[in-house]
Amino acid sequence: MTIPAHRDLVLDVRGLRKTFHSRNGGPREALRGIGFSIERGSCLAVVGESGSGKTTAARIVAGLESATSGTVVVTDGRAGGKTRHGVQMVFQDPYGSLDPRQAVGAGLHELLKIHGMRRRADRRTRVSELLESVGLDDRHAGRYPASLSGGQRQRVAIARALALNPALLILDEAVSALDVSVQAQVLNLLADIRERTRISYLFVSHDLGVVRQVSDTCIVLRNGRLIESGPTADVLDAPRQGYTRALVDAVPRPGWRPRRRPA
Amino acid sequence: MAVTLGTAGELTRRRFASLGRPALIASTLVAGGLTLIAVIGPWIAPYDPDATDVLAAHQGPGARHLLGTDSLGRDILSRALAGARLSFAGPAVIMLISTILGTALAIFSAWHGGRVDRMVNRLLNVMFSVPGVLVAVLSSAVFGSGFWAPVLALGVVYLPYMARVVRSVAVRERHRGYVESLQLAGMSSWRICLRHLVPNVLPIVTAQGTYGFGSALADFAAVSFLGLGIQPPAAEWGVMVSEGRSELLDGALQQSLSAGTLIVVTVVAFNVLGAQLSSRSGGRR
Ligand SMILES: Nc1ncnc2c1ncn2[C@@H]1O[C@H](COP(=O)(O)OP(=O)(O)O)[C@@H](O)[C@H]1O
Ligand SMILES: [Mg+2]
Repeated sequence: MTIPAHRDLVLDVRGLRKTFHSRNGGPREALRGIGFSIERGSCLAVVGESGSGKTTAARIVAGLESATSGTVVVTDGRAGGKTRHGVQMVFQDPYGSLDPRQAVGAGLHELLKIHGMRRRADRRTRVSELLESVGLDDRHAGRYPASLSGGQRQRVAIARALALNPALLILDEAVSALDVSVQAQVLNLLADIRERTRISYLFVSHDLGVVRQVSDTCIVLRNGRLIESGPTADVLDAPRQGYTRALVDAVPRPGWRPRRRPA
Repeated sequence: MAVTLGTAGELTRRRFASLGRPALIASTLVAGGLTLIAVIGPWIAPYDPDATDVLAAHQGPGARHLLGTDSLGRDILSRALAGARLSFAGPAVIMLISTILGTALAIFSAWHGGRVDRMVNRLLNVMFSVPGVLVAVLSSAVFGSGFWAPVLALGVVYLPYMARVVRSVAVRERHRGYVESLQLAGMSSWRICLRHLVPNVLPIVTAQGTYGFGSALADFAAVSFLGLGIQPPAAEWGVMVSEGRSELLDGALQQSLSAGTLIVVTVVAFNVLGAQLSSRSGGRR
């Protein structure tokens, strides 16, 4: 697979198909040949109605699921193993994304340790840095998930993902379960992090208000097919497909600024 | 003697679980007190539990012998206190075996899922269908009576009960986001299972282990009562109930009654405590 030299792609996906074979009921085609790519440092949004294949695509990119066919190339400047440390993922459910029996700091220490940070003092510095980078501080290190709010948990989940310096961070509806104001804080945080580091995001969401705010490019999935793609503003402001228009016209969630209408 | 098998029935268990806080406190105190006796029993016994005194045989409860003496003149209270140790050692080892093997099997099954999980499930169903005390009796018949034959057999008999309960919790944990994040972080399956899954199933393991301990104590005593486990003249509650039978004809109830009461109280205390712990661990999150 050749990547055009003038584009620095962190992710290049081509011809991705996924068929689930459930034991009861026949095969289910979750993805029917989709392709997309992400330039280093940019954010690609994946939108589409529930069941359109967004999560399946994200999980395959993360390496949590295998594709039936197609290629996924991650270029993170490291040797790629079976699981790609260059790709990390934050999940939707803030209540399931952290080990309930492990304190926040202990969890971060463990991650850093298995990635070769031997000296405790080094790790302590890095843990403080990471907590700070997600708007938390050392006081949260001793806390257990049960004593954290949903927004704080997702911040910790993001800090854990960032601990491994991924080239690509996948966020699968990572802010969908949060209150609108908390959601806005986490989104701002993600934008800050992207400005500071050259991290790229694969941002899965069904909320087009959020997508408009955070992403540069966007793809629209329907029934496992890619039906539209391009710069986010173009796709959302001038949808070429009736399906995309219907998504855009769906009632906006409260708390979001009204969209700019195309002239 | 009623032989309780692993689960004294779901209904009883649910009733025990619904008793509420006073039951938790009471069962903790009783189970804790009995466990303490099992540890220090031989030291606090007023007499040597094995010392016979034919001249003092068949005495009723009195000032010298609070619970009287048996047909060989041994002090019944001393035998009950000292016998607690052996009576507890059996179920303790049974639960150790079934807990370690059952939890390992459950986590292995939950981790791999799919076909492995279905095969483990089938294996557990086969194990459930084998009558437990029959296995213990057969084991003693083949390997001889004593401590180890029934204990090893009952350890295997109790394994599927532990495995089934732990598996359901482990499957739930397995598919939580944090486990997949740890996989993405490059953590080995071993480490995820030992450092993250095990701590998260520990509350239910403790609950099931406590519940099972009560039932295992009854089964172990039953095997001794049948003459296939611990042998006389050793002091053990099942043996005592059995030896007391001959005295029942003379109207001397103390030996069978005191050992039998201890068994019943212990079983109920541990069953109630286990059911309480399990209802409290299930509702977390
Ligand atoms: N593990 C699975 N087994 C069987 N079918 C699945 C599995 N995961 C997803 N699917 C199916 O694939 C389709 C796409 O699901 P998903 O990727 O979760 O959609 P989305 O995230 O867009 O809501 C759905 O029809 C879903 O039922
Ligand atoms: Mg989804």
